[in-house]
Amino acid sequence: METTLYTITIFSENTVGLLNQVTIIFTRRGLNIETLSVSPSAIEGIHKFTITAFADRETVEKVVKQIDKRVDILKTYYNTDEDLIFQEIALYKVPTSKLLESGSVESIVRRYNARILDITETWTVLEKTGHYDESQALFRELSHTTGVLQFIRSGRIAITKSKVERLSDMLAEMKEKVNRKK
Amino acid sequence: MKKEITGSQILLESLINEGVDTIFGYPGGQAVPIYDSLYDYKDKLNHILVRHEQAAVHAAQGYARVSGRVGVTLVTSGPGMSNTITGIADAMMDSTPVVVIAGQVPVSLLGSDAFQEIDVIGTTQAISKWAYQIRSVEEIAWAVARAFYIASTGRPGPVVLDFPKDCQVGKGQYKPEKIDFIRSYIPVPEIKMKHIEAVVALIDEAKKPLALVGQGVILGRAEKELMNFVKKADIPVATTILGLSAIPSDHELNVGILGMHGNIAPNIKTNEADVLIAIGMRFDDRVTGDLNKYAKQAKIIHFDIDPSEVNKNVKVDISVLGDAKETLKEVTERMKENKHTEWRKEFIPLWEKEIDTVIRKEIHPEQGPLKMGEVVHKVSEATGGNAILVTDVGQNQMMGIRYFKYNQTRSLVTSGGLGTMGFGLPAAIGAKVGAPDKTVCLFVGDGGLQMSIQELGTIMQSNIDIKIILLNNDYLGMVRQWQELFFNKRYSETTMVNPDFIKLADAYHIPARSIETREELDDAIREMLETQGAYLLEAKVIKKGLVYPMVPAGAGITEILLDDK
Repeated sequence: METTLYTITIFSENTVGLLNQVTIIFTRRGLNIETLSVSPSAIEGIHKFTITAFADRETVEKVVKQIDKRVDILKTYYNTDEDLIFQEIALYKVPTSKLLESGSVESIVRRYNARILDITETWTVLEKTGHYDESQALFRELSHTTGVLQFIRSGRIAITKSKVERLSDMLAEMKEKVNRKK
Repeated sequence: MKKEITGSQILLESLINEGVDTIFGYPGGQAVPIYDSLYDYKDKLNHILVRHEQAAVHAAQGYARVSGRVGVTLVTSGPGMSNTITGIADAMMDSTPVVVIAGQVPVSLLGSDAFQEIDVIGTTQAISKWAYQIRSVEEIAWAVARAFYIASTGRPGPVVLDFPKDCQVGKGQYKPEKIDFIRSYIPVPEIKMKHIEAVVALIDEAKKPLALVGQGVILGRAEKELMNFVKKADIPVATTILGLSAIPSDHELNVGILGMHGNIAPNIKTNEADVLIAIGMRFDDRVTGDLNKYAKQAKIIHFDIDPSEVNKNVKVDISVLGDAKETLKEVTERMKENKHTEWRKEFIPLWEKEIDTVIRKEIHPEQGPLKMGEVVHKVSEATGGNAILVTDVGQNQMMGIRYFKYNQTRSLVTSGGLGTMGFGLPAAIGAKVGAPDKTVCLFVGDGGLQMSIQELGTIMQSNIDIKIILLNNDYLGMVRQWQELFFNKRYSETTMVNPDFIKLADAYHIPARSIETREELDDAIREMLETQGAYLLEAKVIKKGLVYPMVPAGAGITEILLDDK
């Protein structure tokens, strides 16, 4: 079946075992999580998950509904890349001597829009934010020119192209409903 | 300052605060303090001591299903807790509200592979509606209130509370908690009037409507609303197994049971209806058969409380989210009165066909060995449709649900989604405790009975008055049926060498009788029903009986096998 990379955004309470509740829903359907990033959202006490996975639309819809159904999950959305502005961050540790020998530091930094985070006599750490392909291209170039001692790439973080975080609307709405009830 | 009490006492006070009067449980090392406190609460909390923790959950399920209240199970940590897993999974599949409270090693020992420690949250999150580990005395009352709110609201389900021993013995003040709102949890989605109106338009225009009713109607206490709805528009009603008793068996609009061993008429007509109205059912594969051949001609409307059920198995044209009690009312008020006399008549010849090819020879055989169907039929007649039917899983279950009749709602307890053998006996115990004024009839096979036969001890100790009808064919009958029909009669590991069940019952002081012939049947049933307390009736039935009709797994719902030998 044709699969697309979907970005699933989850707003949840910050409770113990929440990540497990989310990942078991992927496990059950045999879906591999490509990237995962969890951090506090703009709203205090609420955490935000950004997960990417390859799936067909029907499957992703069902997965999202089943995640949404969990008691501690506030809201789950899914998007494709067109709806999103997204980045990953990558760090590269390379030997300083090789980097200087190559004489291409400046050019690399400029061409890849990377920056130098830290330099010691023995190693230098470069940082690059961008899409997967971009950080991968830099990795390839560094592997050839200087060699890479260590490499790490974060999970994706994403922002929708629509104006506000939809969750705030939802919370406001719920608050209003509860007040009405009382 | 208010008096401080122990965490165990707070737990019990919190349970009483939720209206609990019965607990099904089994003590153990990490639950001793709770059981110690329970000693002082004997007048308020009736504890039924089971013989295995799995049975404690099934009993709580039986209790919940007949009473509409939350069933409560109390067990110890480690193996006590892991023994409950099948029950929790069963309750999850069948949307049964139960709260399972498990003792746990002290917080300081968590994660250390302490004696009888198990990762309860990690183990149960996938099979429960909510699982929570209590970490301090202060949150006990809150956690219990939350557990009951979650288990009983929206689409009900099992909740697990992991309760470490130090929190049981620690002291604190008890302040009653009531929870009726959780910001991350929407138990009942808001009704969209636009969808109600669209549904009304579709139903008003329907020439051949068919309602598919599931347990959601019973869970939502919407039996009356269902009746008003189908009566006003003259809509025939088919039910899923768990939807049975939502409408009386002999109601003129009731056209039978859907699915693999359901009735011919509703299955065939599913693929001829122009509008299918699914209410609180989830298009289980045993109901639909091959989805590529399922109701392609029909517009499908789906009433459900759980948004994740919509378009999960069957793509629907309109979904009506919300509580069936309200949504059905909204639709009924707006739709016009209607008659579908011709359409309803079309079900009759299919019923006649089923009576001729299957039913008559199953419930009124003239010769040969006893048949399961005739035993069920006789017991149902003798109890006048007012008894509660509990079944185990397999042929006994299919024959039970096919031939037992109901006048009242909440009259069936069976393991539908998970199909748990061994469910029957403990579930019947719970059903009797939950509905003490009713006759509870359990149909169980020789295989399933032996999966939880230790519960005869519970019946003996707690004087549980249930009527156990053992349909004994010395086979794992349903698997044997598949082997006969689809695996060239290679009866791999389905023959059973059985004990003397009458002697077994006798060991537990349960009156019992074994019959083999048609002539003994009426008298044995009379004796069973007249006996005060539990009774075991063993009916030695035909060895190689088959449940028909049958839609083979993976076939279309109209591809029905019949006993036309």
